[in-house]
Amino acid sequence: MTTILAYPFKNLPTTSKWALRFAIRPLSCSSQLRAAPAVQTKTKKTLAKPNIRNVVVVDGVRTPFLLSGTSYKDLMPHDLARAALTGLLHRTSVPKEVVDYIIFGTVIQEVKTSNVAREAALGAGFSDKTPAHTVTMACISANQAMTTGVGLIASGQCDVIVAGGVELMSDVPIRHSRKMRKLMLDLNKAKSMGQRLSLISKFRLNFLAPELPAVAEFSTSETMGHSADRLAAAFAVSRLEQDEYALRSHSLAKKAQDEGLLSDIVPFKVPGKDTVTKDNGIRPSSLEQMAKLKPAFIKPYGTVTAANSSFLTDGASAILIMAEEKALAMGYKPKAYLRDFMYVSQDPKDQLLLGPTYATPKVLEKAGLTMNDIDAFEFHEAFSGQILANFKAMDSDWFAENYMGRKTKVGLPPLEKFNNWGGSLSLGHPFGATGCRLVMAAANRLRKEGGQYGLVAACAAGGQVRYRGVIGPSRESFSWND
Amino acid sequence: MVACRAIGILSRFSAFRILRSRGYICRNFTGSSALLTRTHINYGVKGDVAVVRINSPNSKVNTLSKELHSEFTEVMNEIWASDQIRSAVLISSKPGCFIAGADINMLSACKTLQEVTQLSQEAQRILEKLEKSPKPVVAAINGSCLGGGLEVGVPAALDMMLTGRNIRADRAKKMGLVDQLVEPLGPGLKPPEERTMEYLEEVAITFAKGLADKKISPKRDKGLVETFYFTELTAYAMTIPFVRQQVYKKVEEKVRKQTKGLYPAPLKIIDVVKTGIEQGSDAGYLSESQKFGELIMTKESKALMGLYHGQVLCKKNKFGAPQKDVKHLAILGAGLMGAGIAQVSVDKGLKTILKDATLTGLDRGQQQVFRGLNDKVKKKALTSFERDSIFSNLTGQLDYQGFEKADMVIEAVFEDLSLKHRVLKEVEAVIPDHCIFASNTSALPISEIAAVSKRPEKVIGMHYFSPVDKMQLLEIITTEKTSRDTSASAVAVGLKQGKVIIVVKDGPGFYTTRCLAPMMSEVIRILQEGVDPKKLDSLTTSFGFPVGAATLVDEVGVDVAKHVAEDLGKVFGERFGGGNPELLTQMVSKGFLGRKSGKGFYIYQEGVKRKDLNSDMDSILASLKLPPNSEVSSDEDIQFRLVTRFVNEAVMCLQEGILATPAEGDIGAVFGLGFPPCLGGPFRFVDLYGAQKIVDRLKKYEAAYGKQFTPCQLLADHANSPNKKFYQ
Repeated sequence: MTTILAYPFKNLPTTSKWALRFAIRPLSCSSQLRAAPAVQTKTKKTLAKPNIRNVVVVDGVRTPFLLSGTSYKDLMPHDLARAALTGLLHRTSVPKEVVDYIIFGTVIQEVKTSNVAREAALGAGFSDKTPAHTVTMACISANQAMTTGVGLIASGQCDVIVAGGVELMSDVPIRHSRKMRKLMLDLNKAKSMGQRLSLISKFRLNFLAPELPAVAEFSTSETMGHSADRLAAAFAVSRLEQDEYALRSHSLAKKAQDEGLLSDIVPFKVPGKDTVTKDNGIRPSSLEQMAKLKPAFIKPYGTVTAANSSFLTDGASAILIMAEEKALAMGYKPKAYLRDFMYVSQDPKDQLLLGPTYATPKVLEKAGLTMNDIDAFEFHEAFSGQILANFKAMDSDWFAENYMGRKTKVGLPPLEKFNNWGGSLSLGHPFGATGCRLVMAAANRLRKEGGQYGLVAACAAGGQVRYRGVIGPSRESFSWND
Repeated sequence: MVACRAIGILSRFSAFRILRSRGYICRNFTGSSALLTRTHINYGVKGDVAVVRINSPNSKVNTLSKELHSEFTEVMNEIWASDQIRSAVLISSKPGCFIAGADINMLSACKTLQEVTQLSQEAQRILEKLEKSPKPVVAAINGSCLGGGLEVGVPAALDMMLTGRNIRADRAKKMGLVDQLVEPLGPGLKPPEERTMEYLEEVAITFAKGLADKKISPKRDKGLVETFYFTELTAYAMTIPFVRQQVYKKVEEKVRKQTKGLYPAPLKIIDVVKTGIEQGSDAGYLSESQKFGELIMTKESKALMGLYHGQVLCKKNKFGAPQKDVKHLAILGAGLMGAGIAQVSVDKGLKTILKDATLTGLDRGQQQVFRGLNDKVKKKALTSFERDSIFSNLTGQLDYQGFEKADMVIEAVFEDLSLKHRVLKEVEAVIPDHCIFASNTSALPISEIAAVSKRPEKVIGMHYFSPVDKMQLLEIITTEKTSRDTSASAVAVGLKQGKVIIVVKDGPGFYTTRCLAPMMSEVIRILQEGVDPKKLDSLTTSFGFPVGAATLVDEVGVDVAKHVAEDLGKVFGERFGGGNPELLTQMVSKGFLGRKSGKGFYIYQEGVKRKDLNSDMDSILASLKLPPNSEVSSDEDIQFRLVTRFVNEAVMCLQEGILATPAEGDIGAVFGLGFPPCLGGPFRFVDLYGAQKIVDRLKKYEAAYGKQFTPCQLLADHANSPNKKFYQ
């Protein structure tokens, strides 16, 4: 379930601001860079842009994604993030000192490690001279971390960036009530015993009622599951369709796991416990079993159930991105190029989860591609109903005309190219970490299955969507998320 | 969530008295062709569920008309007779409207008690049949529901039947009136309203099937109503006649206290419920239909229906659409009025500048707007997020920055002509050419304010009533120079702010203040004649005024009353005389300004509800004492002295053309000045009570006091020809 916190539609311009500010900078090295993409001999056009450096993914890893409350339950978020970082160091053998900057995404912050990127980097043995910051943008926080890195590289500020994300839903900050906090803070300031006593006399038992992290959209007070159920109803997505889609996700994930395709996973030795080597939320069931479940949000007639929603997950991911010339100079064979990306946002009540529909055509147009050019689609699966509603919206001329200002429908992504190795429904969805998993899945699929372009998309709380492009060495891939 | 939009599903159909709704999309039902001959109701069968769709033709709402009754009966009989059908769903084809109750036009068309009684009985029969239906019936309702004839529960439902309260969907669920809620859907593959109706139907069908298959139990969880009132103990208690008598008595007392016995309906409802419980439901139904018929025939019913029609009229823009929509509004003066106007503007999405001369004044005004919105958050009518987003439409400032974008400026500065002139000149220097200047004044003639304007065609009066967020009336004042487009714009803004609007001609006191002034003068005379303010208050409220006359002076402000009395006194002379304005002058000089200064006729203290008389007033009243005239000082005479002066002045406004129509006069008096709604307004009152009787009264008082009571020509004309009515 991807219900979380609220990020009202405000941070959209972040990336474009970056671009603006540094656009004028003379790029001394850009001319050499352009030489590299020129090798692409395929008929398809290159997505390289004049005067902008190419950005590549060297490699990326993640810890196994576990159901929250299982093996990771005694850890802190930076422990998981550290595991991803050391895994990345190990996988890529990148010398620590070349890393210019580290960016991590997270959603529910552990207050003690609010800049979790820095805490994890220090613990993972990165240089204490490498700056690190943490970003947050609901379920696309890791995407934000990566695109922030892309911006830094493209603008020439950095050459080597580690981006990642982490979420530990086994433990969330539960706070004292505002009244209790106020009382405790006032007590701190009280000088005399008399003042203290008079403050204490104001204490009431209801002060002790705890405050849980909001599972609802702040602006509408609607939980995300509820929103997904309404969305599914609006697009007339049936319960059976949703269950079938969820089953597909689990079956494909199981297959990918069995065939060892989920190669971005690095084993994690949990202190005091066994080494975790694989995701534990993949559970292909049967339609009959799934049909027995009761609706989880809109009772008793809703269609979103525990089986067709993503579950609360612990996990971390990290990815190494570089300026292309730097990677080549260091002898790396990049796994993918990161090309275009785009964030969009819309009404947080009725279109909260429709981001992918809005962002897909925009990023494709920006890159001069069509749906047919894409070989690997990786969409974040918050809910079966959400994915299927997006499909229906993309396949509808009416929706395109009335809500997107387009003459024709976006078009459906072909299912055989869609989330072929499972998705968030089955692999799990640690909010802050999912973005990197999507990008690595797209990159690894392009290498394994052959193909040039990949597209990544996701939807996030607050109604934002983001999009990004990934490109393989002689392939290009493309993606978006929100 | 739109507060007034509710979607609910009832597992049992209840009688709806009044339902209100909006939105209209007509959908044709593609059911079996034989059924399409019916005009109000269609039905089709989905599986073993009959889906009955109600759709009154050529109307925005479905009304309980005779045709609908008969078609509905026919359809239900078919459904009950059919072997294939195991359950039924009732749904409207109009998103946002289930059944808007009995059509007021149909009821007013009834000439006799028998007709109404018969209509009511027909409705009862079918409802009773529905209630006893052998096959489960699910009502799928999209639209908001007022009151509701819930003949089921006793005391709890009583409360609802009596006050006709507006209940939101979520509350209806809590109270156990509705079994399931369906939330409105967003955009999908069809327009959201259409898909929401479909979805509602789908869910309702699932429920109907479930009920027929006994998978879902029709027994509801105990709602708030039942847990609250029908714990076993009270349920048992209600079986004891003595306890029941006590309950009836209590309810009746409460009702009498609230209505002062002026509104017959609540008491009759109690009677009906009593009959139903004591003598069985048949007697109850019979009594209900008879009483309903009697009620429709009452003067009060005519008066209230008249107000309903008047209100509909005053919710329209008779000037048509303005050339340019007002999007940016600026308000001068962040006082009680200015901030109030700002509040009702920002929450409708108008970008509003609130300007004051001092930071303290501005702070107070902004706080007032915030508090107004925050109170809605506390009542759960808004979320805190919505509050903040609404509040961001407001800009508080001390200068004229941004006025170059304003489409309309409303000034609400102190009532002083030279100050208004200064402000008008300042503003005209900064606003664009198309911008309208509206003055919120209660008595200063707009043409005098406009005298210094460079563009008098853009100047208009917008007289709001305090507290602006509660009082529905807006009096718009046009001068001879005001352009039609300016009027159209002002009305459009007022409608957007949710106001009921009357448009009157310019003149001293316009319409509302002018009617009130002679009555206030009479109030002073009555007090001078030694009537206790408390006594006076109770006499006026028992006549149907919501606020007592002495209290009203305190609320309005003694200084304001003095101001108005002096200004209008000068213009109208003796006719506005009566009480000695010296009384007000002395009160002002002692600082007894009414509620705002803590003392007036009464003493006001923060947090104290009880009002005590201000004993310091005794000496003032004693010094101005007048001997009462025993001929015209009975309680009834005192009431009529007040009301007839009001009515006479109102009719005079129509005679002089200040008012365009009697309907606007009635709406203005009831919604702006608290004229007793049960009388329907001054003009309706003349029609129903009889012009001759009023003229007789006036003549009687004229003999005692002189010219102030001379009936105006128009009123005399009406008295002379009994066929003349303000409402035909």
